[in-house]
Amino acid sequence: MAKLLGLRCRECGAEYGLQATHVCEMCFGPLDVIYDQAALKKIVSRQRIEQGPASMWRYRDLLPVEDDTPVVTLGEGFTPLVKADRLGAELGLRNLYLKNDSMNPTNSFKDRVVSVAVSWARAHGFETIACASTGNLANAVAAYSARAGLECFVFIPVDLERQKVVSISVFDPNVVAVRGNYDEVNRLCSQLLESTPWAFCNINIRPFYAEGSKTLTFETVEQLGWRVPDEIIIPIASGCQFVRHRQAIRELIEYGLVRDDRVPALTGAQALGCAPVYNAFKSDTPERVLPVKPDTIARSIAIGNPSDGIYVNRIVLETGGVVEAVTEDEIVAAMRLLARTEGIFTETAGGVTIGVLAKLARAGRWKGDEVVVAYVTGHGLKTADVLASVDGHARRVEIDPTLKSFREKVTI
Amino acid sequence: MARRRLKLIFGPAMVKEPVIYQLGKQFDLVTNIRRADVTKDQGWVLLEVTGEPDELDRGVEYLESRGVKVEPAEGDLVG
Repeated sequence: MAKLLGLRCRECGAEYGLQATHVCEMCFGPLDVIYDQAALKKIVSRQRIEQGPASMWRYRDLLPVEDDTPVVTLGEGFTPLVKADRLGAELGLRNLYLKNDSMNPTNSFKDRVVSVAVSWARAHGFETIACASTGNLANAVAAYSARAGLECFVFIPVDLERQKVVSISVFDPNVVAVRGNYDEVNRLCSQLLESTPWAFCNINIRPFYAEGSKTLTFETVEQLGWRVPDEIIIPIASGCQFVRHRQAIRELIEYGLVRDDRVPALTGAQALGCAPVYNAFKSDTPERVLPVKPDTIARSIAIGNPSDGIYVNRIVLETGGVVEAVTEDEIVAAMRLLARTEGIFTETAGGVTIGVLAKLARAGRWKGDEVVVAYVTGHGLKTADVLASVDGHARRVEIDPTLKSFREKVTI
Repeated sequence: MARRRLKLIFGPAMVKEPVIYQLGKQFDLVTNIRRADVTKDQGWVLLEVTGEPDELDRGVEYLESRGVKVEPAEGDLVG
């Protein structure tokens, strides 16, 4: 059964075939994948999903690859949903959960979208996969291209964190380090589209790529016993992921997968050093998202010109969420808080999410019994330098290898 | 010939300036407005521009020199 019908413009409704294009030729609006919902309604069920693999591909029916397409997978998804009692106790939340997506094969959420994108691209004859990246995406694209045996070009800002460059380069892609910030890298890649026969994951095949994001919310709801949480805290970069989480909730209701037809409040998290969506949300005109020049340690979400920013604010207002932002110090403090209370080491983007969670909790946003979920989207080793450079070892002592020295320096 | 989809963002100082007219007049470029939202103090325009790659680069430099923010129009609405 062919379940994919084409692409449709989110703004003007113009329809296109299933091709590598992401912008409506009529109005320059974004394109979304159209599924044969009537056909899917006949087959999609909780039981069918639960019998699927322990990866995000258990939701294959709701992803843009046909049944006969071999997928490129490293076992991504179905990451732990951890009940965070110790962090919750500090924040006054008795039902706090963390979706730990740093447990993906390349240690970030990006494996979900890239697995879909590379599967789609390979099935449609592309021989080279490319991306503009702040690091995590390039890491995933390099790994999945290696897995698929495809040529790979990744475009990264020249000052990307060293750890990220190492973990990208090991997969032997062509690394193009661009002297500019992410938005300038993205601009260059947009210009390359016309002259290269490449599948740029987050540009020309974005309608397919983006769909992989939905699985994060599908899994969260399944792991909560097919119940919808009251609120989800989501980091905002381009806003692409955020939009898909709203779509995921819509599909969970549409296909009768959830026990309650509620829509959770969707709340966005940004670093103050790159907060175009937050700035607009706080202004009188939340639909006017003006670009900013990024200046933050949370580089993996430092997109100054977020493509889906306006849609994020629409969804936030529709669902009763908020957009909040945190300082650089708050990001680092949140990374430490999460590690100290739950044993989870997240990167700076996760620090933004947990920082916003903590800020909202301390400001009294919740009474205490609400089910709140925070998406932890990347591993701390990706940005370990930010901790090494600031008082990272407050409880460290140095001793001689003798009992005397131990007793002198350590208080038990 | 190359084609670029651009997003032009205007602040209060530029809203009254005919920069798209000047873009077509000063450079060998064809401009085509696809969508726009301009108020008295700010605005955005989604613009298709066609011409030789070097001329496109010069046109974008001109817009930026006049204080217009120029970004790729990547399937979004600009607030």
